[in-house]
Amino acid sequence: MRHEYGRPSEWRKTAPLLMLAAPGLLYFLINSYIPMFGVFIAFKDINYAKGIFASDWVGFDNFQFLFKTTDAWIMTRNTLLYNLAFIVLGTVISIFIAILMSELLRKLYSKLFLSGLVLPNLISMVVLSMLVFAFLNADSGFVNKSILRPLGLPELNWYSEAKYWPYLLVFIQMWKTAGYGSIVYFASIAGIDKSIYEAAKIDGAGKLRQIRTITLPLLKPTVIVLGLISIGRIFNSDFGLFYQVPLNAGALYSTTQTIDTYVYRALMQLNDIGMSAAAGLYQSLVGFMLVVVVNAIVKRVNSENALF
Amino acid sequence: MIQTRGERTFVLFSAIMMGLVTLAAFLPFVLIVVASFTKESSLINDGYSFFPKEFSMDAYLYLKASAYTFLRAYGVSFFVTIVGTAVGLLITSMLAYPMSRRDFKYHNTLAFVVFFTMLFSGGVVPSYIMWTQYFHIKDTLASLIVPNLLANGFNVLLVRNYFKSNVPIDLIESAQIDGATETRTFFRIMLPLSVPVLATVGLFMGLAYWNDWINALYYVSKPQYYGIQNLLVQLMNNIQYLNSGQAGSALGAGSVDLPSSAVRMAMAVLGIVPILVVLPPMQKYLTRGVVIGAVKG
Repeated sequence: MRHEYGRPSEWRKTAPLLMLAAPGLLYFLINSYIPMFGVFIAFKDINYAKGIFASDWVGFDNFQFLFKTTDAWIMTRNTLLYNLAFIVLGTVISIFIAILMSELLRKLYSKLFLSGLVLPNLISMVVLSMLVFAFLNADSGFVNKSILRPLGLPELNWYSEAKYWPYLLVFIQMWKTAGYGSIVYFASIAGIDKSIYEAAKIDGAGKLRQIRTITLPLLKPTVIVLGLISIGRIFNSDFGLFYQVPLNAGALYSTTQTIDTYVYRALMQLNDIGMSAAAGLYQSLVGFMLVVVVNAIVKRVNSENALF
Repeated sequence: MIQTRGERTFVLFSAIMMGLVTLAAFLPFVLIVVASFTKESSLINDGYSFFPKEFSMDAYLYLKASAYTFLRAYGVSFFVTIVGTAVGLLITSMLAYPMSRRDFKYHNTLAFVVFFTMLFSGGVVPSYIMWTQYFHIKDTLASLIVPNLLANGFNVLLVRNYFKSNVPIDLIESAQIDGATETRTFFRIMLPLSVPVLATVGLFMGLAYWNDWINALYYVSKPQYYGIQNLLVQLMNNIQYLNSGQAGSALGAGSVDLPSSAVRMAMAVLGIVPILVVLPPMQKYLTRGVVIGAVKG
């Protein structure tokens, strides 16, 4: 075993572990780190014929062009407002469901509900877009033909009117994620000491009062931490929700364009590498700063939950 | 336990509300299943309905007739999901193991390298240019497996935390005193003792691969590399095209024979079925992962 004049023993210890880490490390290096160094593309006028590195530098031109357009404002506004709505409503609805679920004491029932509730979050955005299409398409959709028509109300062209989509997308997102989101709160509630409730009951507190004075205050730390983490991601959006669910309809861009859909459309549909890269870097940088700030706040609130 | 009247009312209220919430989660699925069995003329005249006038198997018969396209897409999806999850799970846990070893000199360096990828990303454009211009990944099966999905920081940290807190260091030390190499320790001790977290992470990865359509959106232009999700995207686009007046007249009356709406719904149903099969036995791993992951990523 012992090599008298081999490598130092420290190396014999670390080398096998580094070997195990190597494939994963290599993957992160290629998939994540090389593109990080590629952010310089946002400052170039990329010409494939010249090659990435030989293309001309243009300084902040791409950013100047980007922020002169109304697109920059629209996509930033949409990304932020949708995320705010998702965070606030998502938290409220998830807690509501979690409380209901924990009231139904019998575990079996809860489990049954749980599988029903997580299912919407396990389907792809493509399948989700088809569910939505079954409800909303103008010619044969469920909403037009089985709700509005029997009620004698005018049928609506859902996929050509931008004004409906803020409500629709928030509703769809809630349908998809609220049940899944309630799992965490359900687990938190399950962890609350039952004797606290017993004591409150002896003091004559009804169910609603128990929820208001015991459950909700004890959920507060979880709510704050999860809320802050979501705020750290407020500059990101789910591409599929904003691209495929509205079926990429041009008439809806004013209320469905987010930074992620803009980056895709600029790169793949307009072939405007500069604008796409600029929007992507804008998202990455602001997102990074938000995470750092949010983490500093989480550290103050509850250092155990800080990300770093 | 004695229940007051107020409490009984509350439990009843909870049960009814939960019933409604669960129903709301389920009904859209019921609608597309019913629609996939609805006669096309019923869909066109009366719209999508839970109680259609006429049922029909046309959509599934049509899929059977064009089984080649459909089965190929299913095959691509299964291949990508199985290979991606297997390779991803292996490299994720192999990376997590050294990170979990406090006596390993670089465990913090590795943790930082992995963690930083969760904070900052170079964005879509540099990564698109890298994969297409330097790795020439367009229109290959690798383009569905490798970019973005093979491993992520969240999963690596999840596995590392499990290794750290669930496998006693004494066990590792005694195995190595007995002469086991690191590789052997990893495969014979760490992995068998970590089945729950591997199941959780494997499930996350499997779902991500099965449901992914974005890699193909960027990197695939040839339909033979479409998995089930991208076949659905294509079907959505084409049927919209069929429904627009222009295409209808160009194709003539023949296009009416294609049970287009029902076929689309039948395809959506077949895209969900594997998830429905996997969900019940795996659900506990899923919920456990969600709870651990949300609070400590």
